[in-house]
Amino acid sequence: MDTLLLSRIQFGANISFHILFPTITIALGWVLLFFKLRFSRTGDTKWMDAYRFWVKIFALSFAMGVVSGITMSFQFGTNWPGFMERVGNIAGPLLAYEIMTAFFLEAVFLGIMLFGASRVPSWVHTGATFLVAFGTTVSTFWIIVLNSWMHTPAGFELRDGVAHATDWMAIIFNPSMPYRFFHMLLASGLTVAFVIAGISAFRLLLADRTDGVRAAMKTALVLAATLIPVQIFVGDLHGLNTLEHQPQKVAAMEGNWETGPNVPLILFAIPDDETRTNHFEISIPGGASLILTHSFDGVVPGLNDFVDEDGTINHPRVAPVFWSFRVMVGTGLAMLAISWLAVFLMARKRRGVDGLPKVMLIGLVGMTFSGWLATLAGWYTTEIGRQPWLVQDVLTTAEAVATVPAGMVLSTLLVYLAIYGLLLFAYISVIFYLARKAAHGEAVSAAEPRGHAATLGKLAEQA
Amino acid sequence: MELFGNPAEWLPITFAALMGLSILIYVVLDGFDLGVGVLTPLVGDKEKDRMVASIGPFWDANETWLVMAIGILLVAFPTAHGYILQALYLPVAVMLIGLILRGVAFEFRAKAPAHLKPAWNKAFFAGSLMTSLSQGFMLGLYVMGLEYTLFTTLFACITAVFLTVGYSFIGATWLILKTEGELQRKSVEWAKGGIWGLMLGMAAISLATPFVSPRIFDKWFSFPEAVLLMPLPLMSAGLVLLLWIGLRRLPTADDSFAWFPFAAGTSVFSLAFCGLAYSFYPYVVPEKLTIYESAAAPESLIIILAGTAIVLPTIIGYSILAYTVFRGKARELRYD
Repeated sequence: MDTLLLSRIQFGANISFHILFPTITIALGWVLLFFKLRFSRTGDTKWMDAYRFWVKIFALSFAMGVVSGITMSFQFGTNWPGFMERVGNIAGPLLAYEIMTAFFLEAVFLGIMLFGASRVPSWVHTGATFLVAFGTTVSTFWIIVLNSWMHTPAGFELRDGVAHATDWMAIIFNPSMPYRFFHMLLASGLTVAFVIAGISAFRLLLADRTDGVRAAMKTALVLAATLIPVQIFVGDLHGLNTLEHQPQKVAAMEGNWETGPNVPLILFAIPDDETRTNHFEISIPGGASLILTHSFDGVVPGLNDFVDEDGTINHPRVAPVFWSFRVMVGTGLAMLAISWLAVFLMARKRRGVDGLPKVMLIGLVGMTFSGWLATLAGWYTTEIGRQPWLVQDVLTTAEAVATVPAGMVLSTLLVYLAIYGLLLFAYISVIFYLARKAAHGEAVSAAEPRGHAATLGKLAEQA
Repeated sequence: MELFGNPAEWLPITFAALMGLSILIYVVLDGFDLGVGVLTPLVGDKEKDRMVASIGPFWDANETWLVMAIGILLVAFPTAHGYILQALYLPVAVMLIGLILRGVAFEFRAKAPAHLKPAWNKAFFAGSLMTSLSQGFMLGLYVMGLEYTLFTTLFACITAVFLTVGYSFIGATWLILKTEGELQRKSVEWAKGGIWGLMLGMAAISLATPFVSPRIFDKWFSFPEAVLLMPLPLMSAGLVLLLWIGLRRLPTADDSFAWFPFAAGTSVFSLAFCGLAYSFYPYVVPEKLTIYESAAAPESLIIILAGTAIVLPTIIGYSILAYTVFRGKARELRYD
């Protein structure tokens, strides 16, 4: 394998590993704020129980996100020097604003949010929780701005091959930014909803039927059921936006080779980049035309339009885009089904969390990390779908890669993969370990009023 | 903006100064928490917890200064960023893996099942050590002009050890400030040992830089610069002497002057840093690329500078707030 492919795999591995944790912290910060505000409003300790349990998982996720994020900021230089040399005038300020307005905010107030509850007044602690949640969202904003600009560049001119900014508002509010931003925020909300629902279901299955668990479970399921239809709607808008600006990506998502009307919606196929056809296709006639143009005889772009006369291919490899898109949509539909069914069961006879049968709880445990699956699949769709470009129509991935020897990239790649595998295993194990530990008594002691000496002693042990 | 003269001149300088400031803040702040990590194998489990508690609320924000520094290099000097990081590919990878290990070990050692805690403690130590060593190695290689020869690699290995000792020293002085009793007494002993490493390391770099580069030699040993620069080495020597005397009298019965070693250590680091910055200016890649040649376009730098002018004071403000909230002796870290 050559340096380019290895560098792409390495960056792909890094960013895939990284995005798992912001996907959790972005929305979990707001959910924690919700728990804290409910506690302040009602004084009901069940909200504080939920806060105390989930803030630990927040801390763990945050640390994982920070360290894997630092890795990426260095890899721009070690593996992709061409990126900053060519579009650094645009990417630089956006990254700088992310670091300055968001990274420091969350990092500094995280300390107070995690360990400051007994040192500062309650409202300062609530404020710190808000600032951390706000910081993660601002961070998302800047990163999505940069990423969207790489898909739909605007507000710049090229001088000697180097991009120079001409209009910052056009750069920030580039055509795909709003869609991508809300799509990602909703993805985070759904991921967190299913993580909380899954872990709460796990605790319920362990007969941990405390009020804190019920409160978290109900919050999570209502959140999931509310967000998923919004996400499907926003996702559709995002797809239409992509059709307008990156038609070759949509062609790859649909597995459509020839431009034309009445394009079928392919449910299953094995796209073949060599013969430029699909094998074993199962499809709904006119489906893709209907979804993308809202009319059966709407014209859908085909991949063959994106091959130059000299044979240069200007579209991505089809199979990975085609498949990751289907994984994302499939996971989303599963989320829709299970969250609506769960909310229906809770509403029926007003039984709440007790209305959920055991099989539903097991299903929710199985869906715990479904948000990760959908988020990664979505990112693969959009990022692989941009190839061979790094910045659409401005800079190719091959032009940006470093001249580091392939062997060196391979060696670091293997070490990263080993560490990421180990850490992912440790992360998931620890979350379930914390849930088991909480189910076996922690929640009970934490529910007692504060200031009680024995309780404090116990809490100190657990922290 | 013509008001201030040619932006192609003052913008690179401003950003070089900002980057220098970020690196210095990083070296002092993450220096102490990396140093504490390197020292953890020297004590038992209970004291390990206390040592980690002394840095727990701060380490994340401390590391953010590294992102800030590398971010400025990336955004303000894009070509230098690519050049330096490609030359330092492997040590950077070692550092990143170290940072990953220690960052997650903070969390896992407290949250994983008890029988795995020793393993995460080892990961915490190993990560801290890898980070310190690789940063020292990068410093040495940078001083040697980012060239890999047998001599420069050997020199970089030596600076790797010395910077690690330097970090352990500042870590020990942090512990003198933040702990009490037996652990504080141990920290004083560690600081006494570390001060020798610190002196040797600074001497090695001070001697090596002028002899590697005739340009740097001229900058230091020509008149009147030599006289004007005298305060730098003299103040450093004075502070080291004061530290040496002070550490013999610590800890005091009423814990007065517990702040002194950390303050003095920080000052020594700052002076050494100023010396290095003076040596290398105007180069960002030693002897190859100046800050002017590698600076990004003025219109991009202006937009970052505008943000920095507002945000940097705010960051410093709320960082001080965080240090104030967690002032005093380190207590057990608790989530309630």
